[in-house]
Amino acid sequence: MYKAFLIKYAEIGLKGNNRYLFENALRDRISEVIKPLGEYIVSKEQGRIFVECPDSYDYEETVEAIQRVFGISSFSPVVVIDSTEWEDLEKGVGDYVEAMYPQRNFTFKVMAKRAHKNYPMQSPEICSKMGAYLLKRFPELKVDVHDPEVRLTVEVRNKSYVYSHAIPGPGGMPVGTNGRAMLLLSGGIDSPVAGYMISKRGVSMSAVYFHAPPYTSERAKQKVVDLAKQISKYTGKMKLFVVNFTDIQLYIYEKCPHQELTIIMRRYMMRIAEHFAEKEKCLGLVTGESIGQVASQTMQSLASTDDVCNMPVYRPLVAFDKQDIVDIALKIDTYETSIQPYEDCCTIFVAKHPVIKPNIKTIRNSDRKLEEKIDQMIEEALNGVEVINIE
Amino acid sequence: MEAYLDNSATTKITDKVRNIMEKALWEDYGNPSSMHMMGVIAERYMKDAASNIADCLKILPKEIIFTSGGTESNNLALIGYALANHRRGKHIITSSIEHPSVHEPLLFLSENGFDLEFAPVDSTGRVIKDKLYEAINDDTLMVSLMYVNNEIGAVQDIEEIAKEIKSIKKDIVLHVDGVQAFGKYRIYPKRLGIDLLSISGHKIHGPKGIGALYVGDHIRLKPITFGGGHQKGLRSGTENVPAIAGLGQAVLELYEDFDDKIQKMYELKQYFIREISKLEGVTINGLPVETTKEFEMEYIKMTAPHIISVSLEGIRSEVLLHALEERGIYISAGSACSSNNPAPSATLSAIGMPKELMDSTIRISLSDINTKEEIDYALEQIGDIVPYLRKFIRK
Repeated sequence: MYKAFLIKYAEIGLKGNNRYLFENALRDRISEVIKPLGEYIVSKEQGRIFVECPDSYDYEETVEAIQRVFGISSFSPVVVIDSTEWEDLEKGVGDYVEAMYPQRNFTFKVMAKRAHKNYPMQSPEICSKMGAYLLKRFPELKVDVHDPEVRLTVEVRNKSYVYSHAIPGPGGMPVGTNGRAMLLLSGGIDSPVAGYMISKRGVSMSAVYFHAPPYTSERAKQKVVDLAKQISKYTGKMKLFVVNFTDIQLYIYEKCPHQELTIIMRRYMMRIAEHFAEKEKCLGLVTGESIGQVASQTMQSLASTDDVCNMPVYRPLVAFDKQDIVDIALKIDTYETSIQPYEDCCTIFVAKHPVIKPNIKTIRNSDRKLEEKIDQMIEEALNGVEVINIE
Repeated sequence: MEAYLDNSATTKITDKVRNIMEKALWEDYGNPSSMHMMGVIAERYMKDAASNIADCLKILPKEIIFTSGGTESNNLALIGYALANHRRGKHIITSSIEHPSVHEPLLFLSENGFDLEFAPVDSTGRVIKDKLYEAINDDTLMVSLMYVNNEIGAVQDIEEIAKEIKSIKKDIVLHVDGVQAFGKYRIYPKRLGIDLLSISGHKIHGPKGIGALYVGDHIRLKPITFGGGHQKGLRSGTENVPAIAGLGQAVLELYEDFDDKIQKMYELKQYFIREISKLEGVTINGLPVETTKEFEMEYIKMTAPHIISVSLEGIRSEVLLHALEERGIYISAGSACSSNNPAPSATLSAIGMPKELMDSTIRISLSDINTKEEIDYALEQIGDIVPYLRKFIRK
């Protein structure tokens, strides 16, 4: 029955003169997600975005796709009446009420919009005449203009449009309107969620994964590619940089105190991530860290890691409990992939008793033990990067 | 150079297998149940395959049921026999080192009114026969044993066990999981006293997704798959003709130069064991306790020709596996463990392997198409990697 969707957005309205940029980004992103589903027409008009569906389309599938587009506050499935003649309009709206609301003991209000000022009726007149028609056709209905249970909107343009309920969107802002960031993607539960959350604020994503063969397997890497694919359903296409980290890890293992291994390793991950971030014109790094979750995520550890970063590090999960993170992972469908039991490079050499409250000066001293070869090794890791385009 | 040394996981099909499968898939694609000529031609592939298998096992073609592989054969044998004969007894005996495709259906039966008992094995993976015989009682319905263990290559003395259990209780039925043994031993079920025998295509250079179950003429089974009544109602579903043809062809090639092929595998096995034992901290699993540092052939021949289980102290098998894979060498980890998935192997536990070694156990499995050059390459690479990996361990 529905032939179109009317998209509403919230925060974009605040953006003043840049507003059109946000609207265009939103329109383009919607086009991108529904393109694989068929020949939809996405148009921008008068502060809304309108999606017209092809003759045969899958309603559920379309709703699901639109729900993944950041920047949408809500959207309404719309019935299209191929006429603006009053009699057709009355009949169409009446049929709509009959089909959508089999229980007709509710209160309602008609709202009207007309696109062309030369339409013979003004909006208030459309409202009152349509209200009267509906009361006559369905005597059980009652009008309540202040707090109705159903708000029935009728829009008259070249055709007529009727809608009365809204499906919540994900909120946030259209991807690409707030720059780009580099996500450190590990294969665990947290980092995909972190990427999703930052992207929701309109940020495009690139990602970097640290691969440590033979300690981590091809399947561990495939898992990260799968996760990147899943979050790209929200963030749009992204580049995934796969860095071979084995030699650096083993070098740290040889030179530094074992209990500091994870912290020092994280410092080099940040440095390498930052290199690719600059190349990709990113404005910051994104990690899935949460205070105190593991030894390398205490406030002291985070400070020791940040010590090497020149870019801001965004940690959207910093104050989240694990269960809250899991809830989001389940919602965005990354959880099942994240819990596949493949070892990632953070756990392979993890000390039985790692430092929990590292002192930055001590860590810097240990880090200095790597001076001889580390720059060259980083250079090699950068040169050997594998770039995977995730779409 | 490449060396595929994971032939107990699966094998490469032969050229002739590929040819016959292509023909069955592409030209003679009829449904063997169809009444027209296309159906008759398709049916002929099945008849030929059944007769090849029958000749190989010295049984009758009608005693063959085609299945989707070893797992289904084991399920059909165990559940099918138990359901059809539960009035004759509820007690089932198996060993503690069976493959999950035997272990799990038996657990299912034990949850559904059957009594399951496990016969223990010794440190080489051989069933302790006295314990097995003692376990038999008036209610014992069947015994299920694997001929060759897939993880350590232990071989059971099926003929003697069959004779003995049937002398204790005449009507005990013996099911043998022959998936790893088929093609490595001349198995004649009727002479050995095997009533139900499971085999699989892809362990013998045939295709995946196909297997067979020998069901002795005197054995009554109930189906576990229902439908159009194919294969005497025991296994409904249109037969996988190309795979059946491939299995039939692989079986046909099994006994070509059989003794030479087996001898070659034993020699490669002995050579590999001797050489790898020169490294420090190496244990070869599953060999008879009498075996000395010479690894005499008479003892090696008490185990399967193709399976070698090695524990390397201080090495994580999964890491070694990935390091070897980077060099084109493909093996298995004895017990795939990772930090978040501790899954100890039942076989390795049953032979009393210390926990710290389980994570350090690899399996090399040979085929007669492997060469000494490949073995030398693998040995050289393992010798190269092991000391390096031992430098970097979790502290």
